[in-house]
Amino acid sequence: MDLKFKIWRQDGPEAAGRMEDYELTGISPDMSLLETLDVLNEQLIANGETAIAFDHDCREGICGTCGMFIDGRPHGPLTGITTCQLHMRSFEDGATIHVEPWRVDAFPVIRDLVVDRSAFDRVIQAGGFVSVNAGTAPEANSIPVRRADAERAFDAAACIGCGACAAVCKNSSAMLFVAAKVSHLSLLPQGRVEAVERVRGTVAQMDAEGFGGCTNTGACEAECPKHVSMEHIARMNWEFVKATLFSRE
Amino acid sequence: MQSSIAGKLWMAATGLFLCLFLLVHLFGNLQLFLPRPQGQLQFNFYSHLLSSNPLIKIAGLATYAGILGHAVLSLLLTRRNRAARSVPYAYSRPQDASPWYARNMGILGTVLLIFLVIHMKTFWYEYHWGAVGVDSGGHRDLYAVVLAAFDREWYVALYVVAMAAMGYHLLHGVESAFRTFGFQPRRFARLAHRLGVAFAVGVSALFAIIPVYVYLVQRW
Amino acid sequence: MLLDARIPEGPLAEKWSLYKSKIRLINPANKRRVDVIVVGSGLAGASAAASLGELGYSVKCFCFQDSPRRAHSVAAQGGINAAKNYQNDGDNVYRLFFDTIKGGDYRSREANVYRLSELSVSIIDQCVAQGVPFAREYGGLLANRSFGGVQVQRTFYARGQTGQQLLLGSYSALSRQVAKGRVTMLPRREMLDLVLIDGKARGIVARNLATGELERHSAHAVVLATGGYGTAYYLSTLALGCNASAAWKAYKRGACIASPSFTQIHPTCIPAAGEHQSKLTLMSESLRNDGRIWVPKALGDNRPPGDIPEGERDYYLERKYPSYGNLAPRDVSSRAAKEVCDAGHGVGPTGLGVYLDFKDALARDGRDTIASRYGNLFEMYLTITGEDPYEVPMRIYPAAHFTMGGLWVDYDLMTTIPGLYAIGECNFADHGANRLGANSLLQACVDGYFVIPYTLGDYLADDIRTGPVATDTPAFDEAERGVRERLDRLLGVGGTTSPRRFHKQLGGILWDRCGMVRSAKGLESAITDLRALREDFWRNVRVTGRADTLNPELERAGRVADFLELAELICHDALDREESCGAHFREEYQTEDGEALRNDEEYKYVSVWEHQGDGEPPKLNKEHLEFANVELAVRSYK
Repeated sequence: MDLKFKIWRQDGPEAAGRMEDYELTGISPDMSLLETLDVLNEQLIANGETAIAFDHDCREGICGTCGMFIDGRPHGPLTGITTCQLHMRSFEDGATIHVEPWRVDAFPVIRDLVVDRSAFDRVIQAGGFVSVNAGTAPEANSIPVRRADAERAFDAAACIGCGACAAVCKNSSAMLFVAAKVSHLSLLPQGRVEAVERVRGTVAQMDAEGFGGCTNTGACEAECPKHVSMEHIARMNWEFVKATLFSRE
Repeated sequence: MQSSIAGKLWMAATGLFLCLFLLVHLFGNLQLFLPRPQGQLQFNFYSHLLSSNPLIKIAGLATYAGILGHAVLSLLLTRRNRAARSVPYAYSRPQDASPWYARNMGILGTVLLIFLVIHMKTFWYEYHWGAVGVDSGGHRDLYAVVLAAFDREWYVALYVVAMAAMGYHLLHGVESAFRTFGFQPRRFARLAHRLGVAFAVGVSALFAIIPVYVYLVQRW
Repeated sequence: MLLDARIPEGPLAEKWSLYKSKIRLINPANKRRVDVIVVGSGLAGASAAASLGELGYSVKCFCFQDSPRRAHSVAAQGGINAAKNYQNDGDNVYRLFFDTIKGGDYRSREANVYRLSELSVSIIDQCVAQGVPFAREYGGLLANRSFGGVQVQRTFYARGQTGQQLLLGSYSALSRQVAKGRVTMLPRREMLDLVLIDGKARGIVARNLATGELERHSAHAVVLATGGYGTAYYLSTLALGCNASAAWKAYKRGACIASPSFTQIHPTCIPAAGEHQSKLTLMSESLRNDGRIWVPKALGDNRPPGDIPEGERDYYLERKYPSYGNLAPRDVSSRAAKEVCDAGHGVGPTGLGVYLDFKDALARDGRDTIASRYGNLFEMYLTITGEDPYEVPMRIYPAAHFTMGGLWVDYDLMTTIPGLYAIGECNFADHGANRLGANSLLQACVDGYFVIPYTLGDYLADDIRTGPVATDTPAFDEAERGVRERLDRLLGVGGTTSPRRFHKQLGGILWDRCGMVRSAKGLESAITDLRALREDFWRNVRVTGRADTLNPELERAGRVADFLELAELICHDALDREESCGAHFREEYQTEDGEALRNDEEYKYVSVWEHQGDGEPPKLNKEHLEFANVELAVRSYK
């Protein structure tokens, strides 16, 4: 395959960026997009140019490190996959492929396609946990959990924190990410105890990080590589309503 | 307003309240389908009833507040949402991920607001301050104002377009409001979805048919 | 060097409790004055940092990723073992201990392994309390499955993402301590040297990968939780960022590395599609429960698999190992795959692949049943290869996966450097020559949540009056200077070849000559070639970009340079061990039927390698293993 690329290059957090054109020939359709970028980087290195920086790690769709806006969509034109699972067979020969970093102010660009997603970590720090010290846990089977609840909790817990939800959202909202954690823990008896503090804390942190608000457009759900459902957003809203109206201080 | 979710909740609450208003309004409008002499008397009686009842007046004020609140809040929230992305994507295909009307609630809302001004000018202003006759029942003849207004093709078309905008606004808005209130067990979510679609399509279609019906049938 | 594993006295089952009742404790007020560095934030690192934070120590935790949630523990699929005996099928602590020792082919330390089994029980409690959504039965209690060819069902799992869920559990515990200010999390940092003061580990020099700045961090103890080094093989199931650099720096500062050649090769990975392949994806071994493995009998048979009649297929695992068949242990089935491919029966574009066929299972159980068992895996396979396993057989091939070897540690998990600890995959402790399925998550959790909080406390009891360790000292100056010089050197070579190409060549040497099958001749030539490759690297590598910005090429170059040195040690280790055991298979030492031939008389020891200076051959120390509680037996899968 012969391909053209338009890729965002930016030398540093403060530097101005620009889209640059690249061309590659003889690409195998079985290559992943990241492997194609590897090849492009080899070409740049051979020419003495600086390689393109992009985040990636496991290359099997589970670590959530890679995340690029490819041809106008997070993780590219397919659904239910991460950037590292996107193969060139999904593009047409001769296509021009646009690659940009996430455009969310809460995820500032560090260099080229690499952004800083530590805002997500701070959201989790604001309550995305169950307060249980090592060694204090009760016997695991002493608290039965309805299987359907465990499964639903898992659906939410499957979030990999890649940031595609905020990247695609027209409001740059991180609701799906935050809701996934709030919902995961609120569905389990272990997490119920701190449900009020959790939803207040994480939502406040989400706002403080500068993410936009949710308008339920559904883009996050459509682009989530792990199919995290907007049902979890509704559940977080309910938790928020309960925490605001009914909780005792 | 500290929390973005609190903002959403107010948007949802005012939005659903305005939906109630739409129902009441629609009930009045449906009387325009009645055969002429009876319809005219009935419609004018109903208008008089609404404009003279103190309870309805309070509800009317609440509706104005609701519209104002919904609009102002949406501006504030939109401004905050816009600020969350200062560098736009060079190439973006939002249409692949969400329906256009869900992304353009602000534009649809603005269309509705402009429509509202025209609508108020034509009916509310005329009814209160215009030269309006009196029907055989002794009520101000708003019915005649309606007939006169829908005598013009462009005006009928304007209504149909505006109601289409309202339909799309509601198509996203109603379900979105329910989700914001936290309707999440799957059957409730499905119910909210169906209710949203039925309400959006039903209410705006009925609203839109009336001017057409008046233009084609009643004015003769 | 005198190796002292410091195994506590007493009967095996009581060692850990006796140990705990004898160690020194630190009162809460004093813990605050003690600083600990944890390098790595995977399951072991995050759980250690969180648990130490909970106890009240001042902890700094480092990871090279952008967030601790990314560490490669996230990719573990199968599950985690625990001797809960929830299934009432006769499991207990001793059996898990026994299976682990046996699975490791008797090359691990009894006392450590017993502790691992003993603490497995508490790990499940801990993780459930954190909200890990383990699979459950309809009654609401935890479900188990059998894994890794053992007789009992003791594996807890969360769909095919157990590692992810456990990691997120430890990440949440870590996040809680960060919020409390007990742990300072430093992501996008790479440890580039260890700092020793008076012979004790007292700090690290790290590079801030986002800005390129070099940073000095001091502490009273340093815990390495830096994972495995399977990426030395270039193509592996590991994340691309996984590296041996931190462990290698520790080695150069005096920590010994044990049995580095014990690398587990996983039999069920998706084969490389071609030259460009950057990583291999593991498919859960559970596929072998229903899939049948075969190759065409005829050499160079290029027909599509569907056109090859039954009679012309060689179901070689079923043929060679009638009782275990397609479920033969990892090393056995990996080696068998290599054999048939080497003999020219391999399938796929590279000829390095065998079929894993679900045709019979689909006919027997129906598509729905198979989809409910393996639907996700089939989809994953389709995504990667573009082929639908419901229609055509999968192709699989072995790939480097888990490294049993690593930094040598004693019972306290302390390396040969006082104050330097190693936990999780980066140490050698529990898995011997081969790891039992679903034991890697277990080890990471046990080390981090329940071992290091005790053993480290005992060591740190001496440091409650030490006060903060200054970083403006000659030791830090020297370490930082060394780091800076090396970065400059890498950038300054100005050659023509990218670090990746060197990595690929290195991987080729290791995979061919120190992979599934090793021989003295191959290993000797590998050592020669590795030396030449290393020289070539330092003459011809080209690293673009600068040191004072984010520069992934520079990071890679440093890691490859370390791999090039480690690889030689791996080969030395494999060469020294003139026996076949576990994952280490020496061509010269096999039975007449081609089975591994262990030599307990001469090699019942852990090879503990000591750095003797650059360019000097490493020195071999031996930790002789005592087996007082198990009978040494020979595996048989016939």
